[in-house]
Amino acid sequence: MTRYVLGRLGGVVLILLAVCLFTYLIFFKLSPDPAVMICGKTCTPERIDSIRTVLGLNQPLLTQFWEFLSGIFAGRDYGSVHCSAPCLGYSFQTNESVWSMITARLPVSITVAVGAAVLWLLVGVIGGLVSAVKQGTWWDRSAMGLALGGVSVPNYVLALVLQYVLVVKLQVLPFPSAVSFVDNPAVWFESYLMPWVVLAVGYACLYARLTRSNVIDTLAENYYRTARAKGLSGALIMRRHALRPALTPITTIFGMDFAGLLGGALITETVFGLNGIGKMAADSIAKNDQPVIMAVTLLAAFFVVIGNVVVDLLYTALDPRVRVVSA
Amino acid sequence: MTATPALVEVEEAAPSSAPPTSGKRVLTRITRDKGALACLVFLAIVVLMAVAAPLITKISGWGPYQFDSAAINSDLGGVPHGALGGISGSHWFGVEPQNGRDLFARIVYGARVSITISLSATLLTGILGVVLGMLAGFYRGWVDQVISRLMDFLMAFPALIFMIAILSSLPSGNRPVLLVVVISAFGWPYLARVIRGQTMTLANREFVEAARASGAKDSQVVFREILPNLRGSIVVMTTLAIPGYIGTEAGLSFLGVGVSPPTASWGQMISSSVSWYSVDPMFFAIPGLFLFLTVLSLTVLGDKIRTLIDQGEAA
Repeated sequence: MTRYVLGRLGGVVLILLAVCLFTYLIFFKLSPDPAVMICGKTCTPERIDSIRTVLGLNQPLLTQFWEFLSGIFAGRDYGSVHCSAPCLGYSFQTNESVWSMITARLPVSITVAVGAAVLWLLVGVIGGLVSAVKQGTWWDRSAMGLALGGVSVPNYVLALVLQYVLVVKLQVLPFPSAVSFVDNPAVWFESYLMPWVVLAVGYACLYARLTRSNVIDTLAENYYRTARAKGLSGALIMRRHALRPALTPITTIFGMDFAGLLGGALITETVFGLNGIGKMAADSIAKNDQPVIMAVTLLAAFFVVIGNVVVDLLYTALDPRVRVVSA
Repeated sequence: MTATPALVEVEEAAPSSAPPTSGKRVLTRITRDKGALACLVFLAIVVLMAVAAPLITKISGWGPYQFDSAAINSDLGGVPHGALGGISGSHWFGVEPQNGRDLFARIVYGARVSITISLSATLLTGILGVVLGMLAGFYRGWVDQVISRLMDFLMAFPALIFMIAILSSLPSGNRPVLLVVVISAFGWPYLARVIRGQTMTLANREFVEAARASGAKDSQVVFREILPNLRGSIVVMTTLAIPGYIGTEAGLSFLGVGVSPPTASWGQMISSSVSWYSVDPMFFAIPGLFLFLTVLSLTVLGDKIRTLIDQGEAA
């Protein structure tokens, strides 16, 4: 098992290195003149020149990449500015280190992501479960029809519809804003409710369909019939024999989806004007602030890669059948 | 835009290129199902809009880039005249606020962009996925190692963010082509993974062994024996992929890295409606509805086709 974990971690380091190199190449080799891009729209030739020297864009590629990599672990200096330890870059448009921009916006992003995840897990799994148990009834058919619709609606369209109906027309909810929980829990809940719903809908519908088909498959298994025939109580069979095997794959998918949430949050945060990492990324795209886009890309890839490993390790713990094979 | 008719044909031809009996059966079963038939009809309308866009706008009277300052109220900051975003006999879906461009014409031309990009991406993903998946599954060994590692690498990426990163760092150039290439580059591993697995099992089956024993070359085995057996999965995977690509294109255009204005695309229309949503809700409702219905129809149809093909295999 230890060997397996170590092997996986080695793989992670390799993939992350590849991701770093790939991202670096995209931003510094594909674009015609990175210094001009980094500097922004209104920029003097002198500043462009200074950025070029500060970033070492005249040096060979390998040196540049090494500078970038060592900056992540040891920090680096951009001319007179020092960018400390996890230095993912420096935005010459906002004159801030990208890492401090990210950490400042992390709480909002985490609130949006965790709230949405709780919502979609609850609604998706419970909805799918009820559908599976009541397979073929009107509840099942309408829930699954609704789920197909929910998967198909782009989240920015849903966001605009909700905002128009609930905020502008009915005025039952305030316009979403990053209210802190400590200041006012009720307003906090109200202002994050729409972002949670918008981010969660697609996933909830997907999970409902998945849970339903998984549970239906397990209900047809022989061991389930055996358990019933033994006369075990309904609730116990449901929990031990139907739910556990049906939900294990959901855990895997959840891990991956949650790790990849930065992409979805990008649109949701932008539409609702919540100042999280996603909105920062969208703003940087609009301003063409390359170091920020690059850092967010790296961070997102980091989450996904780590998420993959955590899920694999968790899977071996959850599903005894896999454990036997891997050991 | 000359590519449109050919690509449309590809979509039409896909189901019937499956084994004749099952393809025909799938088609008859779909036309008997009311919901699926409605989806098919809606998609046919969208495809028709895309193909005949110039003709349709000639009939409706307004082009997609024509400004109509008479249709908007410049005193109110450019809000369209009349209720429901300026819907009238001359502007069937109303007009864009501020410049008065005809929404109907922009929807019709936007359909062209969505359909062209998503079908081209589907085609390219299909070719890449099938060829690389079959190579990996058929030759195994180092070929499989290289292709599989590449797939792991691409699938480890948060695709949306990477697409944004790539598109934002590239010079504008030909956006639609860039979009297709980028979407396909991140899309093919999902198809290839399935094709690889199935090729591996198929390559061990008796009929392949029989073909080899009777002296068939590798290329004959691949094209005559294995490929026909993959048709079902290819059809299902690609139909289910199209709505995803339509959504991706719209999302990227929504974020401002996709199709660039003044070219109309549904995602980009929704994007420009964001600042107007409280005064002119029709501006986001109309492109939003078209996008939603198109994705929904494709999802429902894909789901139906999958169920039918699965049943066919089980029977």
